Amino acid sequence: MSATSAPILTLDKISKTFGGGPGAVHAARSISFSLHAGRALAVVGESGSGKTTCARIAMREYEPSEGRLLFKGKPVDTAGSREIADYRRSVQMIFQDPFASLNPAHTIAYHLKRPLMLHRPELKGAAIGEEITALLRQVKLDPDIVAPKYPHELSGGQRQRVNIARALAAKPEVIVADEPTSMLDVSVRLGVLNLLSEMKREMNLGLLYITHDIATARYVAEDIAVMYAGQIVEWGNTGKVIDNPAHPYTKLLLSAVPDPDIRFDDPKAQVSTSEADETRRRSAATQETIREVEPDHFVRAA
Amino acid sequence: MTAPLLSVKNLTIDYIGEEKDFRAVDNVSFDVAPGEVFGLAGESGCGKSTIAFAISRLHKPPALIRRESTILLNGRNVLDLDDKALRDFRWREVAMVFQSAMNSLNPVLRIEQQFYDVLKTHKGMSRAEARDRTAEMLKLVDIAPDRMRNYPHQFSGGMRQRIVIAICLALDPRLVVMDEPTTALDVVVQREILQRINELRRKLGFAVLFITHDLGLMVQFCDRIGIMLGGKLVEQGTADAIYRTPEHDYTKKLWASFPSLHGGVLR
Ligand SMILES: Nc1ncnc2c1ncn2[C@@H]1O[C@H](COP(=O)(O)OP(=O)(O)OP(=O)(O)O)[C@@H](O)[C@H]1O
Ligand SMILES: Nc1ncnc2c1ncn2[C@@H]1O[C@H](COP(=O)(O)OP(=O)(O)OP(=O)(O)O)[C@@H](O)[C@H]1O
Ligand SMILES: [Mg+2]
Ligand SMILES: [Mg+2]
Repeated sequence: MSATSAPILTLDKISKTFGGGPGAVHAARSISFSLHAGRALAVVGESGSGKTTCARIAMREYEPSEGRLLFKGKPVDTAGSREIADYRRSVQMIFQDPFASLNPAHTIAYHLKRPLMLHRPELKGAAIGEEITALLRQVKLDPDIVAPKYPHELSGGQRQRVNIARALAAKPEVIVADEPTSMLDVSVRLGVLNLLSEMKREMNLGLLYITHDIATARYVAEDIAVMYAGQIVEWGNTGKVIDNPAHPYTKLLLSAVPDPDIRFDDPKAQVSTSEADETRRRSAATQETIREVEPDHFVRAA
Repeated sequence: MTAPLLSVKNLTIDYIGEEKDFRAVDNVSFDVAPGEVFGLAGESGCGKSTIAFAISRLHKPPALIRRESTILLNGRNVLDLDDKALRDFRWREVAMVFQSAMNSLNPVLRIEQQFYDVLKTHKGMSRAEARDRTAEMLKLVDIAPDRMRNYPHQFSGGMRQRIVIAICLALDPRLVVMDEPTTALDVVVQREILQRINELRRKLGFAVLFITHDLGLMVQFCDRIGIMLGGKLVEQGTADAIYRTPEHDYTKKLWASFPSLHGGVLR
């Protein structure tokens, strides 16, 4: 994907297979993408297509079966302990479930203090409290009100803001957000997405935004990758991919996105089950051939 | 307008608590015509499922339906039905499909047996009759009839959800209550299923009460829509009016929070 800066994080032809024999699941097949400072990459695709697997590989929770993970151009698997520590601080994750990811027994201040002590040992005494205040302000929460509270005293949207603040506490260069709004009420989703976009711009963060909601991808990300059955089938500039889709699966996905301007009764709007099955069958096959649709827009053969 | 199939009047439901009661549904009234798709939209906790359960008479304590409430189906108050009348009412008049319905199939029984259990209990069908009806219903939801010999785990989530819908429709209910029936599925499968239900209601004439938090989807599918906020029905109108000329501030706010596929936030 085009970008002027050198990539911070790169997945280079990464595959991940679970299990073996005929029941093996090829959750990721030769996945390549890079994250750049100040840019967001959206990874979209249906349930089970391998999005979270990519996130877990980027977080080093899963060991790839094949391929390499590069941090600032260097393979992570040969890195020394200092570089690994740098990686741990630089790459932070925001989880899907804002409820489960906070500990009910601890205050919000405590949730932010821990990563500060772990990743920012230079901060001492009062400086820690000041940084907690600054972090909460950054995610648009009132520090005086929120810091002493417990997670159950906050709404879902507020909790997700705390999760974002916690990720920012490490002064990361990359944030991996796996469905960060799918468990939030619709009226607070945009607020959280806006916040992520703002952080990306203002703090020059690289953002990996994983979602099954392709409409929000456009809202947040410059670049997009569409996954199907473990492969990236189409990728490039978000606007180009959405407005001029080339892969049959991308077309199918876009045609099915809920759209209040198209009634189900409209025959033009119909998605045919037999055609959809055919598209799924074709898209599932492993394909090496890649075509450039236009500058900054690529598609895998199907 | 023809006489309504379903007429909900002054429906008020409290969850009875140790210290105080919680009003989950507050004086809600709406009608659904025969063959109509009526949508209930609103954010988490606004009372949508509580209404769905009351209409299906599946509500349980601590839910308490207040006395002034009526739910008329074909003119009969659902809240007055005794046990025997209720057995007939369920499935034959009203069927309900939940979000996790695909997990409600019995994993150790063949699909054929699960249809038979329902068809025998409610219509007294023989095995052979039930088999014919099962084949017919599976075809309706685009599943090959010979697969009735399979077990649930041999189908994908979307197929299992279609099978549950086929079982629900097998007794020709007049009203199908669908509470987030496709939220657990991807958008392509969601579209395939809802499109099919739309065709079937045109063909078979059943009405649908459709519940979702996705307003865009709701406008695509529904004839009329009610918007709920904190237990109250704050606005109802045709799908077109709710989309193009919403009146309540909350409806406008809901729309403002949906990004559209082709740029920006919707309107
Ligand atoms: N730890 C695991 N062991 C075995 N199989 C796994 C494991 N993790 C994921 N899989 C399988 O790998 C495939 C990809 O899963 P993944 O969670 O990456 O999908 P996803 O795109 O994130 O889906 P969703 O949208 O539902 O979150 C699925 O078939 C899944 O069942
Ligand atoms: N068994 C119960 N006891 C007490 N309160 C309940 C109970 N079930 C639901 N409630 C409360 O009643 C309100 C309405 O709940 P309901 O499940 O009808 O909402 P909903 O609109 O279906 O929400 P969602 O979109 O999350 O499914 C909520 O505030 C909920 O917390
Ligand atoms: Mg996932
Ligand atoms: Mg509900």
